[in-house]
Amino acid sequence: MPLAVPLADITYAEPWWMQIIKSIVIFAIVLQLVPLVLLAERKVMGRFQNRYGPNRVGPFGLLQAIADIGKLVFKEQFRPRTSIGWLFVLAPILSIVTAIAAIALIPFGDTVDIFGTKTGLYGLDVSIGPLYLFAVGAVAFYGIMLGGWSSGSKYSFLGSMRAAAQLISYEVSQGMAIVGVIMTAQSLSLVQIVHAQGHIWYVIPQFLGFVIFLVASFAETNRPPFDLVEGESEIVGGYVTEYGGARFASYYMAEYTNIIVVSGIAVTLFLGGWHIPGVDVPGFLQPVVVLVKMLIFVNLFFWVRTTLPRLRYDQLMSFGWKVLLPLATLNALATAIVLVAID
Amino acid sequence: MPLTPTDDVIEVVRAPRRGPARGAYRAFGETLRGLKTTFMRVVEGPATIQYPEEKVPVYPRFRGRHRLHRFEDTGLEKCVGCSLCAAACPVDCIRVVAAENTPTNRVSAGERYAAVYEINLSRCIFCGYCEVACPFDAITMGHDYEMSDYDRSDLIFTKEMLLAEPFERTPLRAEGE
Repeated sequence: MPLAVPLADITYAEPWWMQIIKSIVIFAIVLQLVPLVLLAERKVMGRFQNRYGPNRVGPFGLLQAIADIGKLVFKEQFRPRTSIGWLFVLAPILSIVTAIAAIALIPFGDTVDIFGTKTGLYGLDVSIGPLYLFAVGAVAFYGIMLGGWSSGSKYSFLGSMRAAAQLISYEVSQGMAIVGVIMTAQSLSLVQIVHAQGHIWYVIPQFLGFVIFLVASFAETNRPPFDLVEGESEIVGGYVTEYGGARFASYYMAEYTNIIVVSGIAVTLFLGGWHIPGVDVPGFLQPVVVLVKMLIFVNLFFWVRTTLPRLRYDQLMSFGWKVLLPLATLNALATAIVLVAID
Repeated sequence: MPLTPTDDVIEVVRAPRRGPARGAYRAFGETLRGLKTTFMRVVEGPATIQYPEEKVPVYPRFRGRHRLHRFEDTGLEKCVGCSLCAAACPVDCIRVVAAENTPTNRVSAGERYAAVYEINLSRCIFCGYCEVACPFDAITMGHDYEMSDYDRSDLIFTKEMLLAEPFERTPLRAEGE
């Protein structure tokens, strides 16, 4: 009996028990990546700065992330007297839930046979893929916004105000950047978009869109050079100033989950998903291909972080509205014209 | 008088030029150059020395912890308890109490020997004046620099400790290295 979700058209749905198993497996694997990415960032950044990075805890420092998380989880839970209690607690949860919810749509592979059941190697294939991602991303911004505002501290408040302005302005460019891809693929289903990239990855015909998406993604995930939300030299720690212990760890985890999600979206939309040019990847290796591509893409975040200094706030705003958005709009327009001309 | 540029005038590298296309190109190009710069650091590899496992070799004239010496053939101590090292020491970290050698108890080659020879390493500034002052080369600066301890009193090194063959904890730099 296929499970009917009344929200959107579902291209294909498995029996309910397979959906439960699938979601557990997907989240187990992707959430394992979070501590890995945490450690990888410090180690890769070390290499970019002629040093090793953490290598003392466990073999090759592999247990460093676990040690950090353990330390944070066993810390005291405190909150400022001026804070709004239930919002202060809710905000990190909101942040982490939305980050994880976005994983559901990333396609790791095509349909394969598992125990005689045709199963898609993705959470769900809906006809509103990118829209869902943007909707979830928009809610994720409440996590940061509420966290900063309910802290009852001016630095947190400033940080959340910056987050509000930054995320809204860059979300527009990000959305416009992938319009080109959607038009080229003629579909809003992420699986269909990957299928359409069988002969050529969209990074080539949509290169400008890819670059815009990349820059906007750095801003969306609050990563350097767009990490003004937590600019510690100006506003102490931004929205996380008053957070400590496990709640801070939740924000941290949400940030790194967001990096993984954005990498997954970029791989899906622009880097051909499970396709490798000239190679027909068999079904069970497709998730491996996607994960490897994602991890390579994640390294780009670290590379840019070590290279570029943080932007000034007005530069961030003028860049988003005056450069990125017109370029993204032009890209979408040009794609539309070319598509009509070819058709 | 107008300034005419000559060879010794250095042209200042200009900031990104005005205008959208050129500015964008310059900014993009500089970003790529920055990415290349950081990537070259990966190619270079880490410059870190993993200290407790990996040590920088010391030079032969490195002034580490002191050592007292014996004559290799007779096994007698070189120190004759003259206290010249204590006199030369700028921070007064050396304490010498001399005693007479007797035919039954012969410790050093000279007339007297150091019954007590203590160096307070928590005061020592490793200037090496004691080594210079010593007329018999009885005290020299060794190569050991790992001397931290949990108690100040443990940093007062006695004659036995200074005479003992030290652990080779610090590698010596090879000739010409």
